[in-house]
Parts: sequence; C-alpha cells; structure tokens
Amino acid sequence: MNPAGAGHAPPYAHADDVVTLRGVDYSVGGKAVFKGLDIAIRRGEVTAIMGPSGTGKTTLLRLITRQLRADAGTVIVDGRDVAGLDGNGLYELRRKIGMLFQNGALLTDLDVFENVAFPLREHTRLPERLVRNIVLTKLHAVGLRGAAGLMPQELSGGMARRVALARAIVMDPQILLYDEPFAGLDPISMGVVLRLIRSLNDALGISSIVVTHDVREISQIADGSYILSDGRVVASGTPGQLRDHGSPVVKQFMEGLADGPVSFHYPAPDYRRQLLDRSGVS
Amino acid sequence: MRALLGDLASSLVVFLERLGAMTRFAGQVVAQLPAALLRPRLVVEQVYNTGALSLVIIMTCGLFVGMVLGLQGYELLQRFGSEESLGMGAALSLLKELGPVVTALLFAGRAGTALASELGLMRATDQLSAMEVMAVDPMRRVVVPRFLGGVIAMPLLTAVFIAVALYGVQLVGVQFLGVDQGQFWSQMRGAVEFEDVREGLVKGLTFGVACSLIAVFEGYNAQPTAEGVGRATTRTVVISAVVTLVLDYILTAIML
Amino acid sequence: MRQSRTIDISTGLFVLLGMTAILFLVTQITNREFSLRTDSYRLQAQFGNIGGLKAGAPVSMAGVTIGRVESIGYDMDLFKAVVTLRIDQRYDRIPNDSDAGILTAGLLGGQYVGITPGGSEETFKDGDRVEFVQDAIVLENLISKYLFSQAREQASGEAAPATQE
Repeated sequence: MNPAGAGHAPPYAHADDVVTLRGVDYSVGGKAVFKGLDIAIRRGEVTAIMGPSGTGKTTLLRLITRQLRADAGTVIVDGRDVAGLDGNGLYELRRKIGMLFQNGALLTDLDVFENVAFPLREHTRLPERLVRNIVLTKLHAVGLRGAAGLMPQELSGGMARRVALARAIVMDPQILLYDEPFAGLDPISMGVVLRLIRSLNDALGISSIVVTHDVREISQIADGSYILSDGRVVASGTPGQLRDHGSPVVKQFMEGLADGPVSFHYPAPDYRRQLLDRSGVS
Repeated sequence: MRALLGDLASSLVVFLERLGAMTRFAGQVVAQLPAALLRPRLVVEQVYNTGALSLVIIMTCGLFVGMVLGLQGYELLQRFGSEESLGMGAALSLLKELGPVVTALLFAGRAGTALASELGLMRATDQLSAMEVMAVDPMRRVVVPRFLGGVIAMPLLTAVFIAVALYGVQLVGVQFLGVDQGQFWSQMRGAVEFEDVREGLVKGLTFGVACSLIAVFEGYNAQPTAEGVGRATTRTVVISAVVTLVLDYILTAIML
Repeated sequence: MRQSRTIDISTGLFVLLGMTAILFLVTQITNREFSLRTDSYRLQAQFGNIGGLKAGAPVSMAGVTIGRVESIGYDMDLFKAVVTLRIDQRYDRIPNDSDAGILTAGLLGGQYVGITPGGSEETFKDGDRVEFVQDAIVLENLISKYLFSQAREQASGEAAPATQE
C-alpha cells in the first residue's frame, strides 16, 4: 500500500490497481461525506476499509458499484472510469463485482438454492444440470451445500451471510465487496467468515475490499488497509504499520479507546451550570 | 393564522413533489412494460398474488353487499309498489358504481397493502439494492410484474364481485322476500344495456391501474425502516381510496 | 418448482372465473339479442316525425320484438326522417302493405316501432320500403288538434244552434 507509512498522503497508484478513487467528493443533503478522497486498491489483495461509525464506508462501496455518483473526482474500476458508463457498460461493471450486504440481503421468496442460482438464471441460459453443479459447488465452498433446500427465514445470521457469499461468487467476479461482514456474528461464525474471505480471495484470484470496524478480526487477514475519518483517509498501510501509527485518531481507533479525537461526550453546555440551572434541558 | 397558511403551503409543495415523483415512476413502469411481458411466469405469479388470493374476500363481501342491497332495495321500492324493479335497480347500481368502487377499496386493502409491504420490506432489507449490484433491474424483475398483476386482476375481481352480488340480491329478493323471479330478471334485462357493463369494467380497469401504481410506488419508495414500511402501507390504502373516488366521479362524468 | 404449478393452476382458475363472470354479466343481464346480428334483413321507412325514437329501439309485431332500429337519418330532398329497420330473418313473411307506426311503451316509456300486418299476398324483401307509416304522436300537436276541434265545434254550434250535440 504505502510503505513510506504515516499520514494520509495519497498512496502511489500502481498501473494495475483494481479500484482507484482520486479526489472524490460526495455529499448528502448538504453534508459532505467525502472530501478529496484518494484510495488505491491493489489487485489480488484483501484490503480493509475501516473507520468510526458514520464515515460513509458503505457509501464508498456504492460509489464503486456506481449505485451512487460522485460529485467530483474519478472512480476507476478495472481500468474504466465508472462515471462515463452507459447501460451496457454498467451491466458489465456489475458483472465483475460481487457484493456481500450486511444482512445478506437474500431474496425472501426463494430458497437457498434458488437464491444462489439467481444471477445465473437472470444473466445466463445455462442448462439446468450445469446451474445445479455450479450452485452446489459454490455452496460447498462456503460449507452450506446441505442447506440448499432451506428458506432464508430458517437460516441463522451467520448462515445467511455465507449463502449470500456463495451468491456473490457464483458468477466468478473479479472484485468482492464486503459490507460489515462480521457485524452481529458469534465468534465461531466470525472465524468462519474470516477464513472464507481469505481463502476465496486466494483460491479464486480475486481482489477483496472489506468494509468493517472489527479491527482485531480484519487485521488477521488483510494485506493492506485504510482508515477513514471525516471524509478523508487518515492512515493507510498494513495492519502492522497502522498499529504503530503515531496519529491519535488512528491510535484511538485501532486500540478501541473510549475517548480521544473522537470525543466521548456529545457537545453539551457546561455540566455544573446545567445541573444548577434547573430550568429545562437545553 | 400565518402558521396555518405556512403549513398548508408546505403541504401543497409536498403534494406536488409526490405527484411529480409518482408521474416519473409511472413513466419508468410503462417503459419497462414490454420487457416485463417477456417474463410471463413473473406476471402470472403476481396475478395469483393479487387476484386469486383476493377472491375469498371479494366474493364474501360481494355476497353480503348484494344481500344488503336486496334487503334495502326491496324495502325502499315497496313504498312505491315497484318491488319487481329490484333486479333492475340493483344491477344498474352494482354495475355502474358499487361494483367497481367497493372492489377497488377492498383490493387496495388486501392486495395493495400486500404489494406495498412486500416491496417496502425488500427495500428495507437491501434486497432491491442487492439486485442492482447483481445487474438485475429491480423495476423489471420485481415492480412491473406486480403492477401488471394488479391491473389484470382488478377487472376480473370487479366482474366476480358484481356477479356474486347479483346472486346475493336474488337470494334475498326472490328466495327470501318473494319478488317474482321472472319479473326480477326480465326487468333487469330490459333496463341494462351493454354500455352499462362496459362502464363498470372500464372503471374496474382504471381503478386497477391507479391502485396498483400507488401500491408499488409507495412500497418501492418506502423508508428502509420498520416504521417506513408501515407508513407506506397506510399511505397506500388512504391514497388509493381517495384517488379511486375522485376517478369515479371523473369517469362517471365522462361516460354519462 | 412444484409450487409454481399450483400457482399456475390457481391463477388459471381465477382468470377463468373472472372471464365467466364478465361473460355472465354481458349476456345474462343486458338486453342485447346477439342472434340478431347474424341473420337479418333491412327495411326502410320514412316518417314525418319520429318523436323520441332512438337507434337500437325495438321493432315489434303484436308486442313481440322482431328486430331493431338500426339507424335514423334525415333526407334533405324528401324532408322526411329515414329510419332503417333490421328485422330478424325468422320473420320473413311480413305483408308488404303492412303499417309501421311509432308507438310508446307504457305511459311514459321509450318509443318503438310497431308493425301492424296488412293483407297483401306479397311480402317484404331486403331493402324494401314500408309505404304506410304513422308518425309519432307529439303531445303538443295533440293538444292543439284538440283545441282546434273544440273551436270548430263552438263555431258550428253557434251557426246551427238548433242542432243537438
């Protein structure tokens, strides 16, 4: 990523970076989410995007899939600027990307098998036998081949997420996006998902971008990472480099400190005065 | 006073904004209609969802509306000594007004809320977003088939409602209260024109388009929270009811 | 997949039910006689006044509906209303000196064309014109006729006072 280390100096981009964001601005309802964001994702690696809640990490993923459009700057995915894509271009872009949503986002009226088969049925006209083989293979890769007949409502959170992962890889994408894949999972399921992210990335030769704030977990498998705060990159590097980072923001985040640059107290008037004042709350 | 006017003005703006959004949405739906027809399986599933599953409530209510009409009509006509006109009066009022309007209101309550809550839930659980990422157009796959399902189902439901209601009228009038069966049907036949039936079906179709559009719009644009979905469902019923009655007046004025 | 078969069948039944209901409504409760369209022939009649006669009104003999008024037009040369009647083919032996009059159903009902049979041996063919017609009775004319005849009786009554009523 950025061997020179510290600070949020834009990491130098490599020619075959799979995703590049340059000077991206994005705001919602007048509030700026990103200001001059610079990110380069190396091909074939697992890259973590971390940061305090509300820094717009999910928005970043949506900018990559072009479900949202940047106000300024460029977003380049696999060598192509997503801003200029027409209907066909967008279609091809999304075929290359697989995304794992926070809640799995399985279609509730289809069973596990049909959910995983969904992209195949929508985009290809493969014979049924082939579809069946592909689906079962992908389910086997996530360890849920036996659950093929269950309905999404019957799955636990961890299982649903694994099925969603199988669905995300069924079309053999080049890039996998993970939106908070560890949120709400028990330690075992977390371990399972961790292992899957790493092994799939290596076995399938893809690039993975994991948005999360589970620092300890992702540090075990990430090749490189970014920490976002206030709409910018405040640090980047390998997990090891980030641990030794000097900046207080990074330190507070990596060590999970209750107070620091991200303050514990929400802005409020003077404590003593408010207690003694007795005339109302604000 | 100024506050009241201010509220009124902002309500007006909100109303216009929603109207514009719905018109734009309607345009997108129409644009995707041909594509959706290429997936007849999806449309058939939705006709089942909105139509076949509504049959029970439509037929039950139809029967009782007919029976009440028979009872009330008989009592009223008896004052003028024209009980034999019961069939005629009931058929005309059912065909032209009661049938289409009551069916539309029931449809909005049963099928409309189902559509809105399904789509709202899909929105809230990121299913629609997931489809986008998988390069599947949610409008084409999910929204338009539901719209078409409703549009196809409504006129059929209206016809079933009216037919069952007429049976109810006949049940009360002829079987229970003793109106002459021959007179009942012949007076009806003498007074009801093909144009009346057509009027009822045209209304049914129009209400179907309106209520289905409102339902899928509210669901698709619901806030992705539990309250958002609930709100969308409530709005569907309320707006469908108002629009149905307004359209009813307009259509009646045009067709008269 | 077996679930979708049930859905297909149920939907099919639903659509069938709906169509049947529509068919029932259209055929059983309206007064369209659909048989008339297929086998029928045309007759023409010219009236000085058709009153409230409308297209689609029944044409009957002895109270039995044998046809419909197909169209009503106005001839600028003859200054008469030209009414085209469509008669069911089953009634093809109407004497060609029969009378066509515009009558009223009930006291305040709609108007219709009533045909009173004549005595001729020959019968109407497709396209024939009915010679003997009776215009619609217009209420105002009736009243003025009555007043006029009353006035005449007054006058003749005064001229010959000896004559009894």
